Amino acid sequence: MAKIGEKVSVTKKAENMIRSLQADHGDLMFHQSGGCCDGSAPMCYPKGEFKVGSSDILLGEIEGCEFYMSCSQYEHWKHTHLTVDLVKGRGAGFSLESPRGYRFLIRSKVL
Amino acid sequence: MDQEVKLTTDIAIDQLKGTLNFRERYDNFIGGDWVPPADGQYFENTTPITGKKLGEVARSNKLDIDRAISEAHKAEKSWGKTSPAERAGLLLKIADRLETHLEDIAIAETLDNGKPLRETMAADIPLAVDQIRYFAACIRTQEGSISEIDNDTVAYHFHEPLGVVGQIIPWNFPILMAIWKIAPALATGNCIVLKPAEQTPTSIMLVIELIADLLPPGVLNVVNGFGVEAGKPLAQHSGISKVAFTGETTTGRLIMQYASENIIPVTLELGGKSPNIFFADVMNEDDDFFDKALEGLTMFALNSGEVCTCPSRALIEESIYDSFMERAIERIKKIKTGSPLDLSTMIGAQASNDQYEKILSYISIGKEEGAKALIGGEALKHSGELSGGYYIAPTVLEGKNNMRCFQEEIFGPVLAATTFKNEEEALTLANDTLYGLGAGVWSRDGTRCYRMGRGIKAGRVWTNCYHHYPAHAAFGGYKQSGIGRENHKMMLEHYQQTKNLLVSYSPKALGFF
Repeated sequence: MAKIGEKVSVTKKAENMIRSLQADHGDLMFHQSGGCCDGSAPMCYPKGEFKVGSSDILLGEIEGCEFYMSCSQYEHWKHTHLTVDLVKGRGAGFSLESPRGYRFLIRSKVL
Repeated sequence: MDQEVKLTTDIAIDQLKGTLNFRERYDNFIGGDWVPPADGQYFENTTPITGKKLGEVARSNKLDIDRAISEAHKAEKSWGKTSPAERAGLLLKIADRLETHLEDIAIAETLDNGKPLRETMAADIPLAVDQIRYFAACIRTQEGSISEIDNDTVAYHFHEPLGVVGQIIPWNFPILMAIWKIAPALATGNCIVLKPAEQTPTSIMLVIELIADLLPPGVLNVVNGFGVEAGKPLAQHSGISKVAFTGETTTGRLIMQYASENIIPVTLELGGKSPNIFFADVMNEDDDFFDKALEGLTMFALNSGEVCTCPSRALIEESIYDSFMERAIERIKKIKTGSPLDLSTMIGAQASNDQYEKILSYISIGKEEGAKALIGGEALKHSGELSGGYYIAPTVLEGKNNMRCFQEEIFGPVLAATTFKNEEEALTLANDTLYGLGAGVWSRDGTRCYRMGRGIKAGRVWTNCYHHYPAHAAFGGYKQSGIGRENHKMMLEHYQQTKNLLVSYSPKALGFF
């Protein structure tokens, strides 16, 4: 699996949530989703829960969590830098922060 | 509907208390009973119309899923052996019951999701009723097959139910998407454990209560909760024979991964970034057809853009672009915003705060990439009780197909518009996406429409129309938009095993031994 430079960072709010989730769930990972409903949102899982493979790319690490995206999606995202933020909400999907009434959200900047 | 009294969320809730026994707290529906969640926890559900609390639903976990699957297995033994006529009869009764209460169910759906009442009245609920009737008809007319292998040997092919299936429902059409999955699964004799979306967990419970007396206990079980706490144990459970999911790609992959642990089939509908292609000849006349084409472009705002097939990429032939967009923007300006409970409102609230924030973040990156907002491009601020709701102005971003706002499903009322020079470029742009769920082609030239329709790699190509969802037309994705189809009788086989009886009527040994 390819690894590219650090293309992802994290806001203070999101960082605090990651630390709090780590306290409950241990090591974590992120995989950036695409498609409908909660697509385009980053999903946070216990480390190893989501099986990454040769179709994924490692964008970097945030708070000790590896952040992955599918290579095909990365082709459309590679000109942007991503910041993981946190907003109030209730995303669907299996992301760990949802039951707390918050949702990780991607904010992007053109590189 | 008589709308002399202006519906507010409070009046609507009061009305539903009288008509659909709306309650402020819903337990799970398991084995034909309302069952409190195993650990006694509930979570708050808000209405996106105001951002205020609508009620509470069960916050379930693996124990509740275990219980629901156990009850489903008990029911499956007899339900799987009922006759097609009996199952069809039940479906028809359910459809009649829903139709009788169509207006109240529509109000419940609008409260839960935030979509305009005119849409839930005219689309969501009537389509749900029709879907149920359609599958009642399909199962009565389905036939197995007989193959004559040789003069004395016959292969019989029977359809058998899978058993107990797990279904995970999205929040954009909470009732209709549930019915899309429930109707074929029940028609084919399966029992269901269904998990609604945590953003929209209430409206489906009103529907269940309305039809509870019709359902044999355990045939349809509904367990609410968060994805990680309730959805995951459902998708991972060794007691299910199939899982159906509508949502996004990462969860879709995770569900396939869980299904691989139990070697069970999945059907997935994971969204798209559907092109809507307008050839120059649509403007040859300023007639009904052109009017229809303009409406076709404006369909990006249907359901506030929260549709997997939202026609969110408009590809417009360069020679007409300026004049076409001028008329299109005029049309978009006529979209009436306001309370989703007002029958004249055309665009309602986004389903949740996180969705609202995500749409705004996409508009922001779109502008940063150089896209130009031709209209909208911002949140919509309402006053009064709507001031706490989640509203986005219908937006058109003019840009290029390689921008992120052209490549990702924003799931909001945001149209990305660009031009093409000729048919070849139109097809290239249409297919330059990771997804392939829907597409639209608009032209007065039927042969060109046909060529484009066959060339576009998407499961459905609306041709000179958009956003029709008849039960008798297959719906599903190419590429990363998913696996399998919904609607159409072919859906029956997504919920069935094939049993082959290979029968010899010859008394003679083969002669090997």
